[in-house]
Amino acid sequence: MTRTLQSQSRALSRRSFLVTAGGLGIAVAFGSLPDLAYGATPATAAEGDFRPNAWIAIAADGTVSIIAPAVEMGQGIMTTLPLLVAEELDADWNRVRVVQAPSDAETYGNPGFYGIQLTGGSESTRGYNALLRLTGAQTRLILMAGAAGMLNVPVNELTTEPNRVVHRSSARALDYGQIAANATLPDPLPQATEADLKPSERWRYIGSRSIQRIDVPSKVNGAAVYGIDVQLPGMLYGAVLRAPVQDERPEAIDDAEARGVPGVTHIIPLSYGVGIIGGTVEATRRAKDLIKVTWSTTSRVRNYTSQRLLDEYRAIGRDLGTRGVAAHTEGDAEAAIAGAAKVIEADYMSDHVAHATMEPMNATALVTGDRVEIWAPTQGPTGTQGFAAQVAGTTPDKVKVNTTLLGGGFGRKAEADFIIDAVLLAKAVEGRPVKVVWSREDDIRHDKFRPLEAQHVKVGLDAKGKIVGWRHRIVADSIFARTLPPVFEEAGGHDDVVTEGAKFNYAVPAHQIEYLRQDHGLAIGFWFAVGVGYTRFAIECVIDEIAAVRGIDPVALRLELLKDQPRARKVIETVARMAEWDRARDGRGLGLAYSDAFGSHCAQVAEVSLNRETGEIRVHKVWCAIDPGVAIQPLHIEAMMIAGITGGTGHALFEQINVIDGEVRESNFDTYRVIRMSEAPEIEVSVVPTAGSPFGGIGQAGLPPTGPAIANAVARLTGGVRLRHYPFLPNRVKAALDS
Amino acid sequence: MTAFTINGRAVDVAAEPDTPLLWVIREHLKLTGTKFGCGIAQCGACTVHVDGEPTRSCQTFLEDVAGREVTTIEGLSPASNHPLQKAWIAEQVPQCGYCQSGQIMQAAALLAATPNPTREQIVEHMDGNICRCGTYVRIISAIQRAVREG
Repeated sequence: MTRTLQSQSRALSRRSFLVTAGGLGIAVAFGSLPDLAYGATPATAAEGDFRPNAWIAIAADGTVSIIAPAVEMGQGIMTTLPLLVAEELDADWNRVRVVQAPSDAETYGNPGFYGIQLTGGSESTRGYNALLRLTGAQTRLILMAGAAGMLNVPVNELTTEPNRVVHRSSARALDYGQIAANATLPDPLPQATEADLKPSERWRYIGSRSIQRIDVPSKVNGAAVYGIDVQLPGMLYGAVLRAPVQDERPEAIDDAEARGVPGVTHIIPLSYGVGIIGGTVEATRRAKDLIKVTWSTTSRVRNYTSQRLLDEYRAIGRDLGTRGVAAHTEGDAEAAIAGAAKVIEADYMSDHVAHATMEPMNATALVTGDRVEIWAPTQGPTGTQGFAAQVAGTTPDKVKVNTTLLGGGFGRKAEADFIIDAVLLAKAVEGRPVKVVWSREDDIRHDKFRPLEAQHVKVGLDAKGKIVGWRHRIVADSIFARTLPPVFEEAGGHDDVVTEGAKFNYAVPAHQIEYLRQDHGLAIGFWFAVGVGYTRFAIECVIDEIAAVRGIDPVALRLELLKDQPRARKVIETVARMAEWDRARDGRGLGLAYSDAFGSHCAQVAEVSLNRETGEIRVHKVWCAIDPGVAIQPLHIEAMMIAGITGGTGHALFEQINVIDGEVRESNFDTYRVIRMSEAPEIEVSVVPTAGSPFGGIGQAGLPPTGPAIANAVARLTGGVRLRHYPFLPNRVKAALDS
Repeated sequence: MTAFTINGRAVDVAAEPDTPLLWVIREHLKLTGTKFGCGIAQCGACTVHVDGEPTRSCQTFLEDVAGREVTTIEGLSPASNHPLQKAWIAEQVPQCGYCQSGQIMQAAALLAATPNPTREQIVEHMDGNICRCGTYVRIISAIQRAVREG
């Protein structure tokens, strides 16, 4: 921690603090003024504002504009990161405006995530917090230096209160606006170090339950601007007809009828489909339905049938003679298991799941000469620049990305396919912006699903039931091989994100994790919690299987395995207490699961009942204890846990994509079932931070424990019937009950 | 041309009569608070009121609303101060927020007809509106708060 802070402090040199010209995007006014809400008025910090650095602008009236470097997709980061700046700057939060960062990775890239602008992996707070807090602290020192000059007093006699510098002995104070109006950058610039950061007991905003999200008022009156809402002068609309099977190409296109649709102006053959441009959405959608295409039939994805492949993956997982890439090795797990008194072996699997963000894929692009401007709900402005430049035949620095709010992301909007659509179509009508909106059917059929995967877990116990060795084999295609080939190659063919979460903090003397990469051509992607969403399913259920074999309580077993992990024990003990773990429920079972992924500790208990006739599971309630290290916005952390638990319940019970001969069977919410209100459990969350801990990730921390807590509850309710395949569809539950 | 009233304003729209009302509202009239989610009346993101009734605008067509009164999220209250809007902020319901216009319009129709609904009535009435962020429990709390605080 200290080292990180120091090196980042050095990075805050004068050069990087020089004002970067312009580039301030859409502003948010906040407080309770929904009529001034997000996106209502594209605004920039005024010309005369004092800009001590690229992150902060202070107006003469004391308004403080702060850059939000990460994108807002519901995870609240547009509030969180500026709040950290405001805390150390000692700004008055009610006078802060938040400005979405322009595409400029050199200035606004995540120091903890390859230095690029890509929001994902619950990496934003973890990656940016040190830089932003130091930036706030340094700016406060700059303002104090300015005030010292204006008041003609030594700077060490000054303190700050929200938005003002105070000289107590002369009872004088200057508002930040007054200082800003006079300020020049001192030379040399004061340098902020960790010593300049507030001790936690002086935090005004961090940890406060009264801090609300800045984007919420605009989301109750229709003012919030998502990518799909972008309106530009002279804008045209675009649609793209895509191949039924990934990687097929149009060989013959009959667009005679489509061309006759009033309002349609262009039909454009693309390497992967057919683009339509027109004056209205409805014209492009009508035309799309009328185009007849003969598609190539050579894609190897035609051999992809998910249920058949999953059987293969499962067999590979069980065949211990087939070796994978070592993802983690501690001790000699194989030898330990060979000498074990008892061995537990189990296969865990999950089907593909779709993102189905409520806002379907869309983007708007304008191509003018060698310049491209994009308006999009993207998680990755940097990647968007790169891909857009590639297809437009220009360089990334000539691509400007205006990041809007995202109507859900979950990893899907880190992709570039929807961006490429817009750029290719805009290229055909240079000088006019084109907005491309996918249909929901395309959004689901052409998603980048969470990998289909099978896991084989083999655990050896000694005569007393102690774990002596743990093997975990993960069989799946790779996400990084497609999305970040250099990272994949550098790791020697290991995919860190597909096996994410397999490494745990339970004390086992020997632990071996293997990745057995498959490659069947279907593009798979990052989904909510990525690998952790299934690795913790296997791990947490196997822990319960071990507890059952030993005849001990699953909570007691976990506490034993985590005896040197006080934060882990705290969340488990807290949630057990909340759920009254030891109180038997008539006709209902309780199950517990725990995860330390994303730098946060989260334990959950699910209360379920089961219809043994139909195999339907009902999740009545989930209790959750979360230790995020520092709880920046406790109210919002509760919301993120609600998101993880509700989504986690839905994905464990319902969500399933079937690919048959390369074609995706599901296409909309009538066939791709997601959780609805009547199926959502009641939720009780307790946020239990630990003083002095690092900042943990929160966006995805709530999902991983939910599924295994449900499976463990079913097992305890049924005397040991194990559900080992996501989703727990009624027919699968029936089969497990009958076996 | 099809004439109707939207948020109290008379409009005359030049579009094909079978154009989904959703696209008329969003792209012809530029009222983008009403969202496209599925296009087949399965998710509720596009919910508006037609003569006071909650209606999926993606499966309602321009010709269906000729001479009728359409209300969108932008017209629900004069200053974003409908009890539900206030309650939505107090309970910090929205996450990504994309479905929330539809959720609020659906809930507003419930409270107009049933000022004091039970939890079961709320769930039954709201079950057609999907929230992918899983804000359901806070939606229920917000509706109950709006009933309480008016």
